[in-house]
Amino acid sequence: MQLIFERSKKGRHLSLFPACDVPAFELDAPKRAEAPKLPEISENELDRHYTELAKHAQGMNDGFYPLGSCTMKHNPKVNEQAAALEGFTMAHPLQSEADSQGSLEVLKKATDILCEITGMDNMTLQPAAGAHGEFTGLLLIKAYHKARGDEKRTKIIVPDSAHGTNPASATMSGYDVISVESGADGCVDLEKLRAVVGEDTAGLMLTNPNTVGIFDKNILEITNIIHEAGGLCYYDGANLNAVMGHVRPGDMGFDVIHINLHKTFSTPHGGGGPGSGPCGCKDFLAPYLPGVTVVENDGVYSYSKSEESIGDMKAFYGNFLVVVRALTYLLTVGKAGIPEASQNAVLNANYMKKKLEDIYPMAYDVTCMHEFVMSLEGMKHDIDVSALDVAKALLDRGIHPPTMYFPLIVHEALMVEPTETECKETLDHAIEAFRSIYEDAKNNPAKMHMMPMETPVKRLDEVRAARTPVVKYEFEN
Amino acid sequence: MNFPAELKYSKSHEWVKDNGDGTYTIGITDFAQDALGDLVFANLPEEGDAVTAEEAFGDVESVKAVSDVMSPVSGEVVAINEELLDAPESINEDPYGAWFIKVANVTETEELLDAAAYEAFCATEA
Amino acid sequence: MGSYVPNTEAEQLQMLKEAGFESFEDMLSVIPAEVRLGRELNIPEGKSELEVSREMKKIAAKNKVYETVFRGAGAYKHYVPAVVTTIVNKEEFVTAYTPYQAEISQGILQSIFEYQTMICELTGMDVANASVYDGATAAAEACAMCQERKRHTVYVAETVNPQTLSVIKTYGFGKDIDVKVVPACSGTTDLAALAEMMDSESACFVVQHPNYYGLFEDIEAIEKTVHEAGARLVMSVNPVTLGTLKTPAEYGADIAVGDGQPFGLGLAYGGPYLGFMATTSKMMRKIPGRIVGETVDTQGERGFVLTLQAREQHIRREKASSNICSNQALCALTASVYLAAVGPEGLKEVANQCVSKAHYLAAKLVEAGLTLKYEKTYFNEFVTECKCADTIIDACAKEGILAGLKLSDTEILWCATEMNTACEIEKVAAIVKEVC
Repeated sequence: MQLIFERSKKGRHLSLFPACDVPAFELDAPKRAEAPKLPEISENELDRHYTELAKHAQGMNDGFYPLGSCTMKHNPKVNEQAAALEGFTMAHPLQSEADSQGSLEVLKKATDILCEITGMDNMTLQPAAGAHGEFTGLLLIKAYHKARGDEKRTKIIVPDSAHGTNPASATMSGYDVISVESGADGCVDLEKLRAVVGEDTAGLMLTNPNTVGIFDKNILEITNIIHEAGGLCYYDGANLNAVMGHVRPGDMGFDVIHINLHKTFSTPHGGGGPGSGPCGCKDFLAPYLPGVTVVENDGVYSYSKSEESIGDMKAFYGNFLVVVRALTYLLTVGKAGIPEASQNAVLNANYMKKKLEDIYPMAYDVTCMHEFVMSLEGMKHDIDVSALDVAKALLDRGIHPPTMYFPLIVHEALMVEPTETECKETLDHAIEAFRSIYEDAKNNPAKMHMMPMETPVKRLDEVRAARTPVVKYEFEN
Repeated sequence: MNFPAELKYSKSHEWVKDNGDGTYTIGITDFAQDALGDLVFANLPEEGDAVTAEEAFGDVESVKAVSDVMSPVSGEVVAINEELLDAPESINEDPYGAWFIKVANVTETEELLDAAAYEAFCATEA
Repeated sequence: MGSYVPNTEAEQLQMLKEAGFESFEDMLSVIPAEVRLGRELNIPEGKSELEVSREMKKIAAKNKVYETVFRGAGAYKHYVPAVVTTIVNKEEFVTAYTPYQAEISQGILQSIFEYQTMICELTGMDVANASVYDGATAAAEACAMCQERKRHTVYVAETVNPQTLSVIKTYGFGKDIDVKVVPACSGTTDLAALAEMMDSESACFVVQHPNYYGLFEDIEAIEKTVHEAGARLVMSVNPVTLGTLKTPAEYGADIAVGDGQPFGLGLAYGGPYLGFMATTSKMMRKIPGRIVGETVDTQGERGFVLTLQAREQHIRREKASSNICSNQALCALTASVYLAAVGPEGLKEVANQCVSKAHYLAAKLVEAGLTLKYEKTYFNEFVTECKCADTIIDACAKEGILAGLKLSDTEILWCATEMNTACEIEKVAAIVKEVC
């Protein structure tokens, strides 16, 4: 494919702006030496360029996307329509509260519903992504300990199965990370946890169901161990889609959480973002929330900010239009639709797992929640076909591969999360694809290393890209 | 796999060369580079930094992993191999030529293996 | 109620059976009873699409939409070419995940590579990342990039957008970084104070150019002072200026950051916007977030991949310098399409019209009785003084005009862009004259 710079031709342009209708003002400020080499292109060429790029992208609309831990569910179109309403898109973030009652209503309604779903008392919608929500939550924990003069708490406990963002967020919050090894069942090993908690424990970060897709039955004991040591419990909402409407983090003993509107609440991923990672907390942490929260009095909405607030995680109120989409979803599915979604997410995962477990060994042979992890360690050992090879073979069958090599505690891991919005036929088709790849691998293992064969480009040289980085187009001359 | 006799080895797969002038040169072994795969970058300390035996002084990156490089000695970094920054592939191609750091004022050395013992150790690790 | 579960009840029952369960209850029995909710959620009943669509329209209508906007302060109303909206709404772009599977994601990867190139072209820097959350977090991430063993203190100009300062302080609270504010003198950084404050423990100085009050800072002098102290210079810029004005690289900045919102992103009540970051090749490995690099496939064909990933949290975990994962990819795409649509000439035209209209607005407001607070060079924002800011803002609002932002009882921060016509400017001046 041509780069847009290679399509550029001097003098081509769109006719966008009228002539200036006020006197031209010559600015007395230093100028750049030469104009930036931005593309010069006609509208037709511009449109075709991006249409070609779109054809070389894989969206949820293109097919099954069972990426474990990413919750790639259908992105409802009415959400997009709501987010495109002029009342939202044209609202200036610094217009008055009186002029922004619609926006404040969105923020308040989303906060209330999400608090009820998670069992939290208050929430900030300011964080722009899951990792940003984690960072926010840890800063709340930090502010809490600090306000009590309890400065000896310098450690955050994170299971070794956690997402990389957990330890990275803890470091950004100034904490030392204590990684605690998971038990053989993939869950928290209570003895090992007890061994690391103490008066230096600031908190614990956990997902439940955990990153191997299992609901940790000891959750109340786990959160209790942390609380007894004086620490707080942080819930990473990455896997909330498995349990929403059935279990609430607040009822499992968690004090502070983040959720991902772009996973659980159906907003699109945009090729990597924007997402939204609201951070909720129990009342005793609410004074530290960043940004503003919305309060309602007789149908009038206004902002409130505590003097103890940690400040701001980003400008303004968060990725507002993402919140609009999520609220649209919440209003659509409502009180019955939330548990319906999660139980069908769990069903779809267990159905696929059951239909694959005879040939693909499961890392943990128990009922899974919304996702399951296969370990291809045996296949790798026996016929030198890796999780990567199987993933790449799926590309040729039009299926987005599962998450590969995560969690780190499972060797040759493939993590499958079908979500509730896939129908039985899609699951059956994917099961068939996995099974036929298994046959292909057995019959011709060497060929598996060459997969994919049908994609626009073949396997790419990542070593070269990292050793000699070319991170921008080099213009001629 | 290559285990030069004139070097000493750590169980975390670094090699140490006694330069005879009070300085020691440190790098990662052939076994290590083979296990790590194609290396794409090395993060090195700065001259003047203190290093501590059995603690990381830098790391090496492959495309999908990062691994600590441990110091077999305690002392002060007196030289770093800046060529690694431009040519990380040299660690794969010539692990015993592609040194990482030189350390002086050595106060402590962890128990190191000779070539034969290290070779035997690698056989158990593989 | 609405639902996006496609399987019928009969299918669900069949699947439950095939998966070895008698019922949903049976399947969910792996969750201990003591943590089960055991009741319905106390949230509204679900609704049909038509009902929800009506409800959201009703809520949106409660926002006042101003046809004429003279308010900026970090969120700018610019023209969004029709082609931009059409392209960025393509479902493949909207619904794709992060391009980890390069073979089927060349379109997304190439679009990011093109975006990185455009940000480098605009800023003059060597390397740009694939975006961060917004301009304020970009500045905070830049401060983290400048942390060195013996250099921790972050200095921020008092004249940056207050939200940028707030975010830098909040991020700084995490790592216990000392954030010090360098005072201003007549609306721009007090150079003597800066020189006085910078020392051998200074990590960086963050300056916004043009600053919060629209004024240009004396970057040449600032650069000298900052670098003489051995610290890094972080420049936060309004990217619209980069079509014509001296670039951060030309000034000698180490890191250029800013918000790409003016490039095709609507006001959207504050987000999603676009944080851009660019730096020198020397600092390439310190930049956070995703970066796309060019390479070849097994057939030797050009292709693109996410690269330098060992910097990132999913590999480096607690040793990563940032935890960023999701970014603002679709907003970066929007900026790219915008920049391709306007081209170098169009961007220059936008910048020139912003300048001309802001200066025409200022002249008309002065004629109407306001005074300019600062007699310094400004881009498209400026501060006026008057007896009562509220009176002016309220009078404008009655006429459907969003006046400048009230900074104090007597000060207003005004903004003009290519969207403001001579007629609008004359109208707002007439209103001001009447109430002033």
